[in-house]
Amino acid sequence: MSTPFTSSPGLDRSQSVPPKDVAEADWYGTEAEYEEYEEYGVTPMLEPRQLTQALGWFSVVLGLTELIAPRALGRAIGVGEQPALIRLCGVREIVTGIGMLSERYPSKWAMARVAGDAIDLALLGAATRLPDANRARIALTASAVASVTALDVFASRQLESVESTHAPVETVAKAITINSPPETLYRFWRNLENFPRFMRHLDEVRMTGERTSHWVAKAPAGTRVEWDAEIVEDEANSRIAWRTLPGSSIEHEGVVSFEPAPGGRGTIVRVSMSYVPPAGKVGVHVAKLLGEEPGVQIDGDLRRMKQLIETGEIATTDGQPSGRRSVLGRTILGRWLS
Amino acid sequence: MKAVCWQGIGKVGVEDVPDPHIINPRDAIVKVTSTAICGSDLHLYNGYIPTVHRGDILGHEFMGEVVEVGSGVSNLSVGDRVVVPFPIACGNCFFCGIEQYSLCENSNPNAHIAEKMWGHSPAGIFGYSHMLGGYAGGQAEYVRVPFADVGPIKVPDSLTDEQVLFLSDVFPTGYMAAENCDISEGDTIAVWGCGPVGLFAIASARLLGAGRVIAIDRFPERLRKAREAGAETLNYESTDILSALKEMTGGRGPDACIDAVGMEAHLHGPVGAYDRVKQALRLETDRPSALREAIMACRNGGTLSVPGVYGGLLDKIPFGAIVNKALKVKSGQTHVQHYMKPLLQRIERGDIDPSFIVSHRLRLEDAPVAYEVFRDKEDDCIKVVMTP
Repeated sequence: MSTPFTSSPGLDRSQSVPPKDVAEADWYGTEAEYEEYEEYGVTPMLEPRQLTQALGWFSVVLGLTELIAPRALGRAIGVGEQPALIRLCGVREIVTGIGMLSERYPSKWAMARVAGDAIDLALLGAATRLPDANRARIALTASAVASVTALDVFASRQLESVESTHAPVETVAKAITINSPPETLYRFWRNLENFPRFMRHLDEVRMTGERTSHWVAKAPAGTRVEWDAEIVEDEANSRIAWRTLPGSSIEHEGVVSFEPAPGGRGTIVRVSMSYVPPAGKVGVHVAKLLGEEPGVQIDGDLRRMKQLIETGEIATTDGQPSGRRSVLGRTILGRWLS
Repeated sequence: MKAVCWQGIGKVGVEDVPDPHIINPRDAIVKVTSTAICGSDLHLYNGYIPTVHRGDILGHEFMGEVVEVGSGVSNLSVGDRVVVPFPIACGNCFFCGIEQYSLCENSNPNAHIAEKMWGHSPAGIFGYSHMLGGYAGGQAEYVRVPFADVGPIKVPDSLTDEQVLFLSDVFPTGYMAAENCDISEGDTIAVWGCGPVGLFAIASARLLGAGRVIAIDRFPERLRKAREAGAETLNYESTDILSALKEMTGGRGPDACIDAVGMEAHLHGPVGAYDRVKQALRLETDRPSALREAIMACRNGGTLSVPGVYGGLLDKIPFGAIVNKALKVKSGQTHVQHYMKPLLQRIERGDIDPSFIVSHRLRLEDAPVAYEVFRDKEDDCIKVVMTP
């Protein structure tokens, strides 16, 4: 199975610059972007990421200036001697600036910048009443801040829409060696109903026909996502592939292969799975089906599968005793109550 | 039940905790009759092993009576007197198949943490951090023993607890350290550290035919025990070990060197201070002064055997000596299950009586004092056995 999606396309263009002559099936971005690419042979230029970076650096530089030279800056913008307050604003600028530069989802930091701009405007308004205020310079500064505010609002809106429509697509591939012949493993995997026994994100898989199945997965906040899938490849003792039926709420596909390990040391099981969520906010949540760290999650899934096949049970410490106490339990009142 | 819980660096407490119960079919519950504090427990006590949480039940050397078995355990019954090996092993995976039980692929539910540290995860271990499974340990009245059909070994009533308890760890650990030296008749083996593992390594090296064993420590009582076990001794506080070993071996060096000290080696002088500072600043996780010396002392083409526990990153290791002297390095957590039966037979035959290492007998409730005395090596402390 190959899936073209490697990361959230709108946000991380650095990793998604397409190689030359990309076929449509291998395109990373949106359809509109692909059309643009086909027409001009270049990547589309509208980059919320670049605006964010620019605003982030602007924020950091301004913040450093406020920290290092608050007096000179105070005089320049017409508010006079306010070093302490200006330094505080400088710290805030640096924090939001670094946030915009480094966060995976910078829209929240852009919103923080908008809030910061509002504070600046309010402070400038208050400064007009100071005895050493230069009202003309303050007015000039305020209009500059207002235009930056407009940019910040624009950036935060744009980022938000990008973050919500370009839901991340997760594909993971892992391998594990199991002390069991391919036939046993094939039989175990061919009954998809076994999946929830070791895949933590699944509640239930029910075979509804020889090749079709109904899946129920855990989604965030106690909700559930359901879909139907069918087995699309089935080579006895060597390979099984499945994917969602057309029209499902999400696109999911998976493939597992079984290959005898050299020297009779069991079977190498290779699994690859992906979830392609629909666009929009719901999609973001569905994309988390494989957990915050999909690689770790599938690693754990395969390890549990191995334990189940090899030992008949899943190693755990859930439910064992410890001397851990709740926060209340650590207090004298808590101990008295228990 | 009462259990010894980790409460922070340098602090353990005996707390009332819920009794364990069967969780998986291959579990058993053992009512502990004797449990010991291991030198490696001091690494937890002193805070050098990551992923230990407040409230974790400690202890991996224990024995007792089976009081409950899961539906998947057919070779044990209620009432059996058993010693439990410290690594937890499934008996079904590739490594269990080749009897390298401490590398069991299925017993560590937190294998992903260990993989970050070491690339691959070893077996889970009782009471030895969450990175190694987070299993509740044996310094308690009752313990849940996973894969009970593989680990625990039944022991005859004719032997006392103290004679068989150390089959759980230190006797097999010392034995494997000696076995790893591939001893040929007449070999000279040097052993750094005369704690319980060092003492068993000395005794085992003699059992395996070593011509000469030279033991290194600084505590007179430990050196005395080492002599009793069949070693010549050197006190590193009053002797330059490298030149003494060269001299004693006619310039060639010991055929194999065993580091039974591990990550918290004690050393005076600038090098000792250097390691203490770097460890305190978390620039290295382990203080490897014994290891460095063992590498330098070992003869060309000799064997370096490391039963001492190291956890992470070591500094200033003369790896060039390993390469240019063509040393073989053998190490690992002990494959206890592999050694229990033959070593029990040796005890039954009277080849060795492991109880010779016991210096202190205390009640489980006294664990906080026991840990302190053992850590500070007060009162000639070598091995503490506690009874619930």
